[in-house]
Amino acid sequence: MKERLVQLEVLRYNPDTDTTAHFQRYEVSCPEEGVVLDALNKIKETIDPTLNYRWSCHMAVCGSCGMMINGEPKLSCHAFLREYDGVIRVEPLAHFPVERDLVTAPDDFIEKLKRVKPYLIPKAPKPISEGEYLQTPAQLKKYHRFTLCINCMLCYAACPEYGLTPKFIGPAAISLAHRYNLDSRDGGRDARQEVIASKEGVWECTFVGACSEVCPVHVDPASALQQVKIASSIDWIKEHLLPGGGK
Amino acid sequence: METISTDVAIIGAGGAGLRTAIALAEADPKLRIALISKVYPMRSHTCAAEGGAAGVIKPDDSFDLHFDDTVGGGDWLSDQDCVEYFIHEAPKELLQLEHWGCPWNREPDGSVAVRPFGGMKKKRTWFAADKSGFHILHTLFQTSLQFDSITRFDEYYALDLLVDDGRCQGVTAMEMRSGQLRQFHAKAVIIAGGGAGRMFPFSTNGAIKTGDGMAMAYRAGAPLKDMEFVQYHPTGLPNTGSLLTEACRGEGGILLNKNGRRYLQDYGMGPETPVGQPQLKTMELGPRDRVSQAYWHELQKGNTVSTQWGECVMLDMRHLGEKKINERLPLVRELAASYLGVDIVKDPVPIRPVVHYMMGGISTNTQAATPLPGLFAAGECACVSLNGANRLGSNSLVELLVFGRRAALSALEHIQGLPAANTTALNALAEETQQRIRTLFSRTDGTESMSGLRKEMMDTMEKNAGIYRTEEGLQEGVAKIHELRERYGRVILTDRTNVFNTDLFQALELGSMLDCAEAVTVGALARKESRGAHQRLDFPERDDKNYLRHTMVYHQGLDAPRVDYLDVVITKSPPGVRDYSGDHK
Repeated sequence: MKERLVQLEVLRYNPDTDTTAHFQRYEVSCPEEGVVLDALNKIKETIDPTLNYRWSCHMAVCGSCGMMINGEPKLSCHAFLREYDGVIRVEPLAHFPVERDLVTAPDDFIEKLKRVKPYLIPKAPKPISEGEYLQTPAQLKKYHRFTLCINCMLCYAACPEYGLTPKFIGPAAISLAHRYNLDSRDGGRDARQEVIASKEGVWECTFVGACSEVCPVHVDPASALQQVKIASSIDWIKEHLLPGGGK
Repeated sequence: METISTDVAIIGAGGAGLRTAIALAEADPKLRIALISKVYPMRSHTCAAEGGAAGVIKPDDSFDLHFDDTVGGGDWLSDQDCVEYFIHEAPKELLQLEHWGCPWNREPDGSVAVRPFGGMKKKRTWFAADKSGFHILHTLFQTSLQFDSITRFDEYYALDLLVDDGRCQGVTAMEMRSGQLRQFHAKAVIIAGGGAGRMFPFSTNGAIKTGDGMAMAYRAGAPLKDMEFVQYHPTGLPNTGSLLTEACRGEGGILLNKNGRRYLQDYGMGPETPVGQPQLKTMELGPRDRVSQAYWHELQKGNTVSTQWGECVMLDMRHLGEKKINERLPLVRELAASYLGVDIVKDPVPIRPVVHYMMGGISTNTQAATPLPGLFAAGECACVSLNGANRLGSNSLVELLVFGRRAALSALEHIQGLPAANTTALNALAEETQQRIRTLFSRTDGTESMSGLRKEMMDTMEKNAGIYRTEEGLQEGVAKIHELRERYGRVILTDRTNVFNTDLFQALELGSMLDCAEAVTVGALARKESRGAHQRLDFPERDDKNYLRHTMVYHQGLDAPRVDYLDVVITKSPPGVRDYSGDHK
C-alpha cells in the first residue's frame, strides 16, 4: 500500500481547560486510498490521545463522524485523502454547539426528529396475524429515497437557513416526515402537517439546495421540502378557495 | 452521585435494546424504562448489517426446514428448544417490523420478497436492498420515539452491574458529555450491548463493538458461553474490512482463486453450479465457516491472488448486470468503488475473510434470562444458543428481535412482587465503581500505554485464535492475554479531563475486550475438537462424545477463569453430517 504524508489542522477546544478554540497542526503518514478518519485515528493512536471525535462504522452508514473538512460538511470516513491537496482543515460540524474538539451536541436535531412523528401511523390498522400490508414495488419506490437518511446532520451544517433560524425543523427531519407521508401504509399526514407545514417547517426553507449537495447517501432533502411545500399549498387552496374546503 | 430510579434498565440501544424497550413500553405503559447507550441509537452497529433477516413466510418453505438449516449450520451446538421457539417467532417479528414501516423489498403483487442466503435450503431472507440492518435499526428507533415511557440516556457509558442480595438491581454509567457518574437503580437489567469483534485487528465491526456488555456480566459473575466460536465472514474488503454482504453470492456472485477456479468445489461444497444460477445450500451458498475455511486452504496452497492489500480471492458479480446490482446491491457497489476503486459491474473485487460475529456471549436460556437473577440479555452480546458453532447469515437480525422481545417479557415477570431494594448496599456498590474510575483516572505511575496494549491484544488474537487453531498457539494466546490483563492494571491515561474523554473510554473498552479475549482463548484451548467456526489443526474431527457441550467460562478476577460445561439441548435432531454438496451427489 502506498503511503503519503498528510497534514491536518484540527480545531481543538476543551471546556475544562480552554477559554477559546484553537487550531492544532498534525502530520501523519496514511495510505493513499485512505480517508480523513484514518488520519485522525492515526493521530489519536500515535501522536495525541487527547484528540476527540466520534466514529464507528467506517462505511458511511452509522452517521457518527460528520465534521467540517476544508469548510464543507463531510463524513470523515467518506472524505478521501486523494481529493485534497495541502493542509486539510478539520472543524466540528457547523451550526451545532461544540462539546469538545470535533464532538458537537446533536440535541436540537434529536428533538426535532421526534417532533415530526417519524413512525408509521397506519391508515387501516390490522393485527399481525393478518399478514403484511401489501405494497407494490412502485409504491415502495415512491418514498424509498427518503428512508435512506442516516441522521448524520450534514444537511443541517450546510443549511444557511438553519444557521440563521435555529427553530427551522430542517432538511433531514422534514424529509423523514415526508417519507412516512408518502408511504402507502400510512395515514398520519394530518398529524405531521402541524409541525412540518408550520412557520418553522418547510416555509423557512428558501430552497438553496445545499442540503442535497452534501447528503452522503443522496436522500435529496431539497426535493422532499419542495414536494411538501407544493402539497401544503394544495391543502391551503382546497381549504380556502374551493367550496366546502375541497372535501 | 446522582441516582436514577427506574423499573427496567436496558444497556445498549441497537436493534436488540430498542426492540426490548418497545416491547416493555407496549406491555405496560406505566413502566419506567431507562435505555442507556454509549452512542445515539442510530449509530449502533445493527446499522451495518446488510443482507437480511430469515423467517418462514413462503408456501414452499416450512418451519422444519428452517430448523434443520439452523441446527445443521450450527454443527449441532444449538439448543434445539431455542431454535424451535425462534423459528416460530421469526415471521411474526418480521411482520411486526413491516407493520412499523420497515421498507422491505416486495414482489410485484405487493407481498414481501425473499432472497437466498448461505446455508439455507429455501429462500427465506427478507431484505431491504443491501441495507437491511440499517432499515431495521431506523424503523425501531423511529417507532420507539412514540413511547414517552422510554427515557433515553444517549452517550452514557455503562460501567458495572449492581448486584445485591443475589440479584442484579442496577448499573452505574458515566455521562460522557460531563464525565459525571450516575447510578441506575432498577428492578431488572437487560444487556443488549452487541459483540466484541474489535478484539481482532481485521473486523467488519464498528469501533464501538468492544464487548462492554459481555464483560460487565462476566465480571458480575454471569458465565460467558461458547466464546471460542468467532465467525469470519468470507467476503470483506481487504483494506478496511468492510462487509460485502452474503447477498452478493445469494444473488449469484461467484468466488474465484488466482487460476479462475471456483475453488469451493474442492472443499465439499461442489460440484460446481452454473454461473448465474445459484443453487441453495451449496457452492457459494455454503455456510460461512466452510467458505472462510476454504480461503485458508487456498492460501496454504498458494492459490490466492497477491494484491497490494495482501492475499485475496476474487468475488465476481459482473454477470449479474448493472440493473440487478443497482437494485439489489447498491451499497456493495458503492463500498467497493469508494474504498477500493473497483466497479463491481466491470471487475471482480478482491476480498478476504474478516472477523464478523461472536456466536458466544452472556449465557442465556430460551427466556433470555442469565443465571444471575434480574439480569437478562439479547442480541449478539448474548449466547442463547440459537447459532451453535456457526451462525447462518440472516438469523442474527431476527435473533435480536425475537429475544429482544423475549427479554422484555421475562423482565416483566421478574419484577412482579420483588422486595424493596437495599439502597444503602447499592450506593456502596456504586461507590466501588467510582473508586475504580478514580484510580484509573489519577494513576500517574502507570507504565503501559493503552494503544500499545490494544495492539498486542489484537495481534495475539489474530495470530493464535484465528480461523485455524493449535494447542501450541492457543497456549501462547492464553498466556499472552493473561499477561496483558495483568499489565492493564498499570495502564496510564494521557487525558485527565472530564468532558467527552475518549482516551478514558478507549481504556475502559480495552478492559472489556481483554476480558472477552480471555474467555475466547481459554474456551478454545479447552475445546479439543473441530466444530463449526472453531477449527483445531491438531483435533480436526468433531467429537460429540466429549464436546457436544457448551463451554461456560466464569470470571475469577486476575486469576485464570474457571471453565465448566453445559449439555446441549437435543430434542429431535441427533448430530449428523453437514452436507453442502448440492442436490446431485
